[in-house]
Parts: sequence; structure tokens; C-alpha cells
Amino acid sequence: MEGVHAQFRSEHHGGILSEIRAQAPYFGWAKHLGSLKPKMIWRGKDITEGDMIRQAIFAILAMTIGFSATPAGARVRIDITQANIEPMPIAVPDFIGAQSELSGLGRDITGVIMADLDRSGLFSVIDQRAYVEKLSSVDVRPRFADWRIINAQVLVSGEVRQTPDGRIEVATRVWDVYSNEQLGAVSFKTPSDNWRRAAHKVADFVYKSLTGEDGYFDTRVVFVYETGPKEKRNKRLMIMDQDGANPVLLTDGLNYQALTPRFSPTQQQITYMALFDNKPGQVYLFNIETGEQEQLGTFRGMTFAPRFTPDGTRVLMSMERTGNSDIFQMELATRRLTRLTDHPGIDVSPTMSPDGRRIGFTSDRGGTEQIYVMNADGSAPKRITFGEGRYMTPVWSPRGDLIAFTRQYQGRFYIGVIRPDGSGERLLTESYLDEGPTWAPNGRVLMFFREASPGAGPTLWSVDLTGRNLRRVRTPGDSSDPAWSPPLP
Amino acid sequence: MNVNFSMKTIGAVAVMALAAACSSTSSTGPDVAATDNANSSVGSVAAGSQEDLEQNVGHRVFFGYDQYSLTAQAQSTLQRQADFLKQHSNVRIQLAGNCDERGTREYNLALGARRAEAARAYLVSMGVDSSRISTVSYGKERPLDPRSTEEAWSLNRNATTTIVAAGA
Repeated sequence: MEGVHAQFRSEHHGGILSEIRAQAPYFGWAKHLGSLKPKMIWRGKDITEGDMIRQAIFAILAMTIGFSATPAGARVRIDITQANIEPMPIAVPDFIGAQSELSGLGRDITGVIMADLDRSGLFSVIDQRAYVEKLSSVDVRPRFADWRIINAQVLVSGEVRQTPDGRIEVATRVWDVYSNEQLGAVSFKTPSDNWRRAAHKVADFVYKSLTGEDGYFDTRVVFVYETGPKEKRNKRLMIMDQDGANPVLLTDGLNYQALTPRFSPTQQQITYMALFDNKPGQVYLFNIETGEQEQLGTFRGMTFAPRFTPDGTRVLMSMERTGNSDIFQMELATRRLTRLTDHPGIDVSPTMSPDGRRIGFTSDRGGTEQIYVMNADGSAPKRITFGEGRYMTPVWSPRGDLIAFTRQYQGRFYIGVIRPDGSGERLLTESYLDEGPTWAPNGRVLMFFREASPGAGPTLWSVDLTGRNLRRVRTPGDSSDPAWSPPLP
Repeated sequence: MNVNFSMKTIGAVAVMALAAACSSTSSTGPDVAATDNANSSVGSVAAGSQEDLEQNVGHRVFFGYDQYSLTAQAQSTLQRQADFLKQHSNVRIQLAGNCDERGTREYNLALGARRAEAARAYLVSMGVDSSRISTVSYGKERPLDPRSTEEAWSLNRNATTTIVAAGA
């Protein structure tokens, strides 16, 4: 624990973490790392959307509102598909505590929202010290001139209340400061210790109100937490919120190294590879709510590189037999195994398109590692990468439009994206080792791991599709193989 | 079908091994150290033990970058391992394939399996019963040398033989 703290501090001095510019008070480090005992059970807390605020809007403002009720032409909006996005100036005053003892919680929630919006790169959060108007209630119409004067385009106002059943309700309104209109309103009820999720849901709501697309803030990341010397590395699965809060160990790492975890798109379940000392590594399923684990079939050869199909009913993976690796598909309900490739070259890292019709994978059948796309039944494989160097770890975007990859060229590694037909390749990052991209569920942001220089420990990073919004993702220590969760239920 | 498949693979590996043997293989590389070691050891270790293997035979063969073909050095080390295994007929071994860090995790797991299999196939072709050999790949997860240098990487591209059941 001491080591972890020391490392965190030194990174802070190195300025890496200042890039994150997180303004949220940060919980989780000391609390969760105090005991490195694995917690086998992780359970999401109930969070529901309330309806109070919408009623309040009708009563107080007597205007037509809703999530899409305002005329489209009048709305302030971020076009996320533009290559050049000027961050939108947004004001987020501290959420008001309806009861005075809730004002601290209101501030904490606001901090999480601001940090989410800032990290997205789409928003420029205006310093709270510049704010002129002090809001007294979320149900009072703001003085828009006071927000225009500080150049805010959008104002997010909010309030935290105690509900009669002992939970909290976080109520929010999003305002277009120039058209004096409410863009949307929402509230969430949840147990008070689940306030961070409520904050992320608010940030998702703001994101959707202004981009028209689903946010990705109320999500989690599972990754490999690494400790110990490189030649005898301890690798355990850890799960945390997308912003680095609440890190919790999932495996004990006693008898095996955990590698390449991937989320189920439909259940609170992970598939990963367990690498043993004395027998070939095998693919496992891990239920993160119950902590139950099971090996996905028993095979003499190594099974590895697992990934769920988008419908969550199957796992694609590589299986090795007498030294050669091919791609197989296992149906989870029946455990029926189907071979998809049969080639003397190495075939690894399968990833299925969201429509379930095609599979991308890495193969060295052409001499070096390149990305291929074939039909879901394994027919008609076609190479899609032709640049110099090696292309590996294809990961199909949940939107279907792009495949993210790792490219290795002349001693450097890159994260990039390419269209499934092989056109439009773009490199987004570069370093000594950038590897293993994973998509945010809305297909607009990638996370990956980086070893910045020879001998440097691995760290998690996120990058948007312009490549400009590159951010360090906070973890308790050396971390690799991130996998982004689908939206939480 | 399984039989055909493995025959095909072994055939391919044998051809590659032959090709490697015919070409003028570079004599640089860590194999040299293993060879020297084998010649210079003074044996006071138990015959047929892991120590015996490491000191008098050589328990590791090395590969070129992104390669799994056996160099001449690797073949001579494996030849000695085959002799050792014939001499100690109850010994069973595990062959572990390893890779350097300059590759992606999943591909390197596959490449490590290739390296272990290349060594296994060679031992079998030298008359060692395949039931005495198991294989495992550690990919880039178990570097012998933790440094990030060319020298470390060349050491980390290997197939390592470990005795899992000692002979009589």
C-alpha cells in the first residue's frame, strides 16, 4: 500500500496526472487499497430515474420541455462527428443541497460531473469563481444574462434532496444560455453512498442533451492490475468506475496471471485468459456480481484472446493445437464449439461486427501480422491492412463504422482506427508501446494501455477519435489490458 | 482429422528446421552461452536432474525476432536434449515458449506456442516419445531478462525445457 501511494505521488509530481485536471475530490485509493484482499463480489446499486422534476418544470415554467421537445433548430448542439471540435463553454455551479447537510454532497457531485465533462474534451468547464448568479433552487429560472456575461453557452443547474425513503434525489436542468431555453431536465434517485453513479448519469444526460448521442460516463472499466517484478509479475483483475474511482480487485492472482479481460455486452460478466505455470492458459468466464468463475471448456491446447459476440451469446477465441492457433466460437448456452479458421498461419484476436455478420482478426498468414475481415461463418477472409509494419488487436466499434487496432512500426507502437473495408486508416497515438484498444460504448472514445518508454510500467489512457484529447486514466498502480463496460443497467 | 492436422504441422516444422540447418545461420546469439556452458561444466549434480540438464545439456533455445524456426545452435542444443531424454527414459519435460516484449500480448501467446511446438517437434523427430513432452506458451508474460534492451529481448525469445517428472 505504501508503494502504491508513493508511486501515485511521484506521478503527480511528474505532471502526468495534472493532465487529467480532475476537480473532483477523490475517494477510493486509500480505502480500497488498504486491504489488497480480493473482493470477489461486486454488485451495482439500484439507481432509478425520478419524475419529480418534470412535473416541477410544467408547474413553474409553464413551457413545453422534455428531452426533445424543443425545436431542433433553436438548440445549441455539439456536432461530435466534426474533426475539429471547439470545446463548448459550460457552467456547472455546485448542486444545491435542499437540506443544508446535503450541500457538501452537492459539491462532490458537481465535481464528478465537471471532471466527466472536462475529460470528454467536448466541454470547457468555466471556473466557478467567475460565476455571477448564485442559484437558490433548481426550479428557479436562471438569470441568463449573468451566465452570458461569463461566456457560458450552457448552464447545468442541480439540486440534491433527501427522499422520504432515505435515499437521495439528484435533480438537474440543462439550459441554453443564449436562447434562454431549457434543453432538458432529469432526476435520479439512489442510495446516498451511490452518489457518484448519480453524478455520472447527470453527466451522461448533459452529454446527450448537447451531442444527441449516448454518454459513456456511467460505465466501468475492468483491467489488469500489475505488481511485482517484471519476470515474475502478479496480474490481477481490477474493476473501477470509468473515471478511476472505486477500484476493487476481482481475482487473487495466486495461481495464475489474469490477462485480456473483456466485458459481456449484455451481462455483468467478464471473459479473460488465465495464464498458468504448468499447463496451457485457458479462457474463463467471471461473473462480477457473484464472483463465480468457470473455465470455458476443457482443452488440451491453450485457449486465449477471448471476446464476446455483440449479442452476448457466444465467445470468440483462439485455440492452439500443436503450436498453431485458429479461431473458434463457443456458444455459451450449449458449450458447442465451432471452428472458424483452419489455416497454418497464426489466427488470433477475433472481434465481431455489431450486426453479427463479420469477424475481424489478426493473422500472420501473409508473412507478418495483419488484420483480416471474414464472414461470421469463417468464409471469405480478406486482408484490410496494407500499411508498413504490423497490425494487430482489431476491435470493432460498437457503432460498426470503425475497427481500432494496434500498429507496430519501426520500434514504435500506435493505436489507430480503420474502416472495415480497409479505407480511411488514421493513427491516433504513438509511444514505445501503445496496445490493446477498447471502445467506450458510444464508439467515440478509446482506452488503451501504454508503456511510455523502455522499462516504464504500463498505464491506462483514453483518446478521442481526433487523437487530440489524450488523457491519462487514473489507476492505483501499473495497469494494462483495459476493457470498457457497456452502459450499466 | 486431428492426426492429419498434426502430421501436417510436424512436417512443416521439420522442413523449416531443415531449411534453417542448410542456410548459413548466424552463430551470434545466446545459444552460444548455452553451448559453452554445456562444455565447461563440472558435474557434481544428480544425473537426469534439472541441474544436470541446465549445466551439461542446455535447457534453453533461442529464436530470432518474430521467428519460430530453429537455428543451427538451437538444433544442436535440442539434439543434446534428445540424447539426455533417451538416457533418462523416465524424465518428462515441459517446453515453454517465450517472446520478447516487442509484440502484442495475444499474438505473442500464439508465437510462444509456435516456439514450444518447434522445439517439441524437433525432439520427437529425434526419437523422443511425444507423450513425454508437454508444451505451454507464456507469450511475453515471463521475460527471463526484465530489461528493455536488444540483449534482453534476444534472451527472452526462447523455448525453455523444464523437467516436470524426474527419472530413476
